[in-house]
Amino acid sequence: MRKTRVLSVVAVAAALAVGACTTDDPADSTDEVDQVVDDEAGDEADSEEEAEESDADEWFVQSEYERQLAQRDIEPEGPADQPWLQAIEPEYVDTAEYAQDGNTLCFSNASVSNPWRVTGWITMQQQVQVYKDSGDIGEFRVSDAGDDDNKQISDIQAFVDAGDCNAIIISPSTTATLTPAVEAACESGVPVIVFDRGVNTDCMVTFIHPIGGYAYGADGAEFLVENLEPGSTVLALRILPGVDVLEHRWAAAQEIFADSDLEILGDEFTEGDGAAIKDIVTQYLQRGDVDGIWMDAGDGAVAAVEAFEDTGNDYPVMVGEDELSFMRKWQETGMTAIAPVYSNFQWRTPIEAAVQIWNGEQVPSEWVLPQAPVTEADRDEYLQRNADMPSLHYAKFGGENLPGYPEAWQDR
Amino acid sequence: MTAPRPAHRSSGASRVAGVASALFGGGSATVFALLIVIFAGIFAMNPSFMEPPSLMAFIKNAAPLVVLAIGQYFVIVAGELDLSVGSLVGTQVVIAAALIDGEESRTGPVLLLMLVFGVLVGLVNGLITTVLKVHSLITTLGMMLVLYGANRLWTGGAPTGALSEAFRQPGRGGVEMPVVRLLPWSLLILVAVVIAAVVVMRRPYGRVLIAVGDNEQAAAFSGVRVWQVRTAAFVLSSVMATLAAVLIGGYAGVTAQVGEGLEFAAITAVVLGGVVLGGGRGTVIAAMAGALTVEALFTLFNQLSLPSTIRPAAQGLIIIAAVAYAARERSQPAPPVDDARPEPARS
Repeated sequence: MRKTRVLSVVAVAAALAVGACTTDDPADSTDEVDQVVDDEAGDEADSEEEAEESDADEWFVQSEYERQLAQRDIEPEGPADQPWLQAIEPEYVDTAEYAQDGNTLCFSNASVSNPWRVTGWITMQQQVQVYKDSGDIGEFRVSDAGDDDNKQISDIQAFVDAGDCNAIIISPSTTATLTPAVEAACESGVPVIVFDRGVNTDCMVTFIHPIGGYAYGADGAEFLVENLEPGSTVLALRILPGVDVLEHRWAAAQEIFADSDLEILGDEFTEGDGAAIKDIVTQYLQRGDVDGIWMDAGDGAVAAVEAFEDTGNDYPVMVGEDELSFMRKWQETGMTAIAPVYSNFQWRTPIEAAVQIWNGEQVPSEWVLPQAPVTEADRDEYLQRNADMPSLHYAKFGGENLPGYPEAWQDR
Repeated sequence: MTAPRPAHRSSGASRVAGVASALFGGGSATVFALLIVIFAGIFAMNPSFMEPPSLMAFIKNAAPLVVLAIGQYFVIVAGELDLSVGSLVGTQVVIAAALIDGEESRTGPVLLLMLVFGVLVGLVNGLITTVLKVHSLITTLGMMLVLYGANRLWTGGAPTGALSEAFRQPGRGGVEMPVVRLLPWSLLILVAVVIAAVVVMRRPYGRVLIAVGDNEQAAAFSGVRVWQVRTAAFVLSSVMATLAAVLIGGYAGVTAQVGEGLEFAAITAVVLGGVVLGGGRGTVIAAMAGALTVEALFTLFNQLSLPSTIRPAAQGLIIIAAVAYAARERSQPAPPVDDARPEPARS
């Protein structure tokens, strides 16, 4: 009996020791990855097979990183007041072969499991309504996979089997797993439109997405480097490990921090939970100064700011997102901040693309939408525009000129 | 600390030995030992953690889980489980934000409404479990999903509205004073809840609750209306979840993720406190200490700069080891010196 007691003490000690020593080991936490609690953003264009390990280097592709950073400075083609129709360096493809005799539009959605997706989904429905009223779209059929790959694969198959979809829009839940399903949809001959996260094939007519995660992560990191003195301390708050969307943001930030004189205190996973964020930031503040906060998504950014308020510290230089709760806090406090944007208006584009394809118009084969952060210069303008919107709404949702505005986004 | 002391020892040295043996001897006192060890670890890593403002920040963060653990204790000690508390916390915060919508004057009525809603959820949980004889695991799992789904349906996945400043005070604010800088309201609320819970467990209701958890039939034969006792336990749990919602909403505001996973944190805390799943054993104080231990563990990991990815695994190992350590003590006859085994009457 004495022995078991000793054993359990040893087990506790070992657990602590193991934890303390393995600072750099790639650790699995597949449970959490599967949950994808809060991958509010979609994925970018990368179509290389990613290895499963969540080692930072696995998530970094130099050429793609450089491409995205460069794309930020390229003037997009298309109407400036309709960013969802703009495209960066488009290569147009003919769509004559996809002429249809019907107008049933089918949409396989990964999920509406976070505010970013909810906002976009409302925008998309409003856009569909416009084309229903004009007669361009007859029926709009939707299936929601609830973040379940298997469900989405069978959803897509059901659309293919039904045989009466005149175009299939897919917002994939994960990259590798959904690839065969998208290929099967392509083979059925109807035009396929993929948006948000990518898949490892180019069989679709068009792949719609904003510039991407590297650009998102770099926007925030560069802002911190510019606005903090050399030697300042930065805390990185992340949602989850192992989700490519989010890993790219962090990989880009690490790349930029590595070339700077900023000291990175740590990177912590929060699952976007306000209480966890506040607790972690408070603890870092107990140990010393935190001059800047970098976040891979703005969820709970307000809780991070409040941790500084409640502990009586000066506001940090802050990287948030174009989520209104954060932007309002930013305006209220006047702190130095930036709101990187993962363009929510991209949810309008697939509908526009479907109608264009049916009309035989050319569309870009890779439709890269602009993705400009909200800065102090245009912050107030965006807040003004969204004054009546709920706090978990996204400033660049791009639906102001749709007929359902503003009620559709207010009554969720 | 409320470590039980052997009364029949008088000399100082042996009393210390007695306390040490009570603390480290297993049983429900193990959690206090673990708590002390973890706190010592945090202190060693970062002495400034023991400064009053830091401790107060820790309390503010830990308060919701402690309140939830106390609620969960009532249910577990009566031989049931309540999985719905996490969803209930989330739903309550979302309701509060949507109905208050930033208007200070609505704070009071909305708090009242939340209380009513909490009681209602507890009643439904309790009555379905006791009257319809559905196992509480199923009942509350169902309730968890119903609340989660209703929440999603109502908000479309994105909570609307905003909490008022008054609503946020209990979780965020406090009394300005020297030394601690700010004495959080949540600490005062916590002390009140703990005292109330200890009193409840010392009163006939508490004893009956434990009796029901220990042996339902024996309790029934001795005239206890088991269904009433258990239903009341579910109501207590839901009311505690409502209070936790006020504290957590006040602490961190509204996010779409609020409340997620709290049910397991609360159950972990209670089990860590040596309260046996299946009922009939354990003290509410130990359950509370379990909650503090879970939170302290997170703090320790943070101080150790443990990579976030490995923390759940380390946490799981420590919890299993601690519970196994405590449980092995139960399977042997009462140790001669300490009385660490929980008595039903003590809380």
